[in-house]
Amino acid sequence: MSTLPMVEPAINPVEPFLRTDRMPHIWCPGCGIGTTVNCFARALVESKLNLDKVAIVSGIGCTGRVAGYMRLDSFHTTHGRAIPFATGLKLANPELSVVVYSGDGDLIAIGGNHFIHAARRNVDLKIICVNNFIYGMTGGQVAPTTPVGATATTTPYGCFERPFNLPYLAESSGAVYVARWTCFHVRHITRAMVEAFNKKGFSFIEIITPCPTLYLRRNKLGDSLDTMRYYKQKSVIKNGANTKEVEIALGGEIICGKFVDIERPTLGQSMNMQLSKSLGARYVAPGGR
Amino acid sequence: MKANPAGVLTGAHFLDGDQACCEGALAAGANFAAGYPITPSTEVVERFAARIPTVGGLFIQMEDELASSIAILGAAWAGKKVFTVTSGPGFSLMMEHIGLAAMTETPCVFVDVQRGGPSTGLPTLPGQADMMQARWGSHGDYETIALCPNSPQECFDLMIDAFNLAEQYRLPVLFMMDECVGHMTEKVVIPPADGIEIFPRRFTSLPPSEYKPFKPGADGVPEMVKAGDGYRFHITGLTHDEQGYPAMNWREQEKLVRRLVEKVRKNTDKIVRYEERDIEDAEVVVVAYGITSRVALRAIQMAREEGIRVGLLRPIVVWPFPEKHIRELSEKVKAFVVVEMNYGQMVYEVERCAAGKARTELVDHGGGTVHEPEDVLKAIREVAR
Repeated sequence: MSTLPMVEPAINPVEPFLRTDRMPHIWCPGCGIGTTVNCFARALVESKLNLDKVAIVSGIGCTGRVAGYMRLDSFHTTHGRAIPFATGLKLANPELSVVVYSGDGDLIAIGGNHFIHAARRNVDLKIICVNNFIYGMTGGQVAPTTPVGATATTTPYGCFERPFNLPYLAESSGAVYVARWTCFHVRHITRAMVEAFNKKGFSFIEIITPCPTLYLRRNKLGDSLDTMRYYKQKSVIKNGANTKEVEIALGGEIICGKFVDIERPTLGQSMNMQLSKSLGARYVAPGGR
Repeated sequence: MKANPAGVLTGAHFLDGDQACCEGALAAGANFAAGYPITPSTEVVERFAARIPTVGGLFIQMEDELASSIAILGAAWAGKKVFTVTSGPGFSLMMEHIGLAAMTETPCVFVDVQRGGPSTGLPTLPGQADMMQARWGSHGDYETIALCPNSPQECFDLMIDAFNLAEQYRLPVLFMMDECVGHMTEKVVIPPADGIEIFPRRFTSLPPSEYKPFKPGADGVPEMVKAGDGYRFHITGLTHDEQGYPAMNWREQEKLVRRLVEKVRKNTDKIVRYEERDIEDAEVVVVAYGITSRVALRAIQMAREEGIRVGLLRPIVVWPFPEKHIRELSEKVKAFVVVEMNYGQMVYEVERCAAGKARTELVDHGGGTVHEPEDVLKAIREVAR
């Protein structure tokens, strides 16, 4: 009679990156945020960054909870203000890789002003924007990304405002890296995150995700599995696409890909260059004190 | 710990209050400021932007006051000593992050060079109507410390104290100037660096495995860390436990918020500071702060010439309020005359502490210019009768 071989208990490879003592998380079954977190953890592995030097900053909302679940120096700030907090953090310690992980409402509505200015300045931040077209945490209100015709609790007869085209907004504001993927494209997301980690400057990754509880259900779009099928069938990968032409319409195709990947001096670099030029040897670079 | 000489402009100078405030911040070791232009406070950051690149540190002009007031918090968690500067309308926008700083126990200084309000009000002219906003402006329960200088010299001296208090108690300290003090030019003596005492950041010596970000020390204040040192800590504006993790229940709320409030309340006697003049024999006490205290002094002089026994109590630390001292005085004196450039704010505190034992009269003013000493004198005469 043979004995069964001892089997090592399976460990999820992303587990070391998570604060498992905080599980279970707050996200609903079928929510896409967890998928993006999985990609993020894998990107951390692949990028081989020193994790002691990676900081994550979130605002408020469902995606705003990501920071708290990552085993990193993590900051859960105020609604819309993750980017200016991260700007202070990054400028004060240029050694840090600073990731801003938040939702579309947080980053683009209440935080829209900070978003465009950080892109303009080219602050070296990696912005991961989980776009589920809705305010999830507060119960399904219209967002600046909600497609025309979709209903939300505050647009019960359908949204009539033109939504932001996020990649276009990011590029025209000055982002040096712009990509969009859906949470069906897990490998692409991970690769985009690794690229952003290796990039200096304001990098923006939009990830389209399902909100089954508030967006799909209200709009009779089925469940998250149906949405995955929709992402699979209706996404078109067009790397280098003109961001002006990647608007998303209700039920329409979703153009994905890496749209922008350019070089431009970061805020920190520009500051050092200008001050060195003007002050010469009198300039004491920040951190020198 | 003594000040780093790099930022200390030792010597006698002719400076306005805004410039002196900036020099105080530099002497205190401030190495990160963020701001948004607003009259009459902008000179503070203009000077900082000119000075800091040769001292070591940086200034960034952000897109608005919401951004400035949280950029400094980000920098504080990277280990910097931070402040921001504004006036009324910007102060209103910063309230949310005064709350975040209080909740996350982030040491920082907010300077408000007060102008006439409400709303846009009188951008270039003085006011003192943000005093209650400094106490209660952000939502929820919290305590801050607020200081109120009445001269450029004090703008320098008290700014150092403001930073030290922020580090000692790990909270936002509010620096309540007014347009007059900000724009008046006087002699400011800056001592040598080794004559300036600095309260260093309370960095932990515990290893990451033993460290809890919000476990209070004996004095109710937890030890701090900074990003990038391997602690992998979490900071949130949500109610949190000692580990820093969100805790959505009344027990943790009670534990945390009571501690935030008590770290100031239990140390009030140590924090409170005021100046007294001619108080020994006084039967009337004029209470005034900031620029108004200097007008009040003239009125007191005139009243003394008339034989009225009157003195001055000038709160230097306005929050926490010198409650115990006012209570003691109210047992001895006939009346308080509160002079302030608003329609009644700190007078409520005086009245509350006097508790009917001494009469309390307000000499109000809408702002835009200082009081006439005669108006204060009239009130002194009235209550002395």
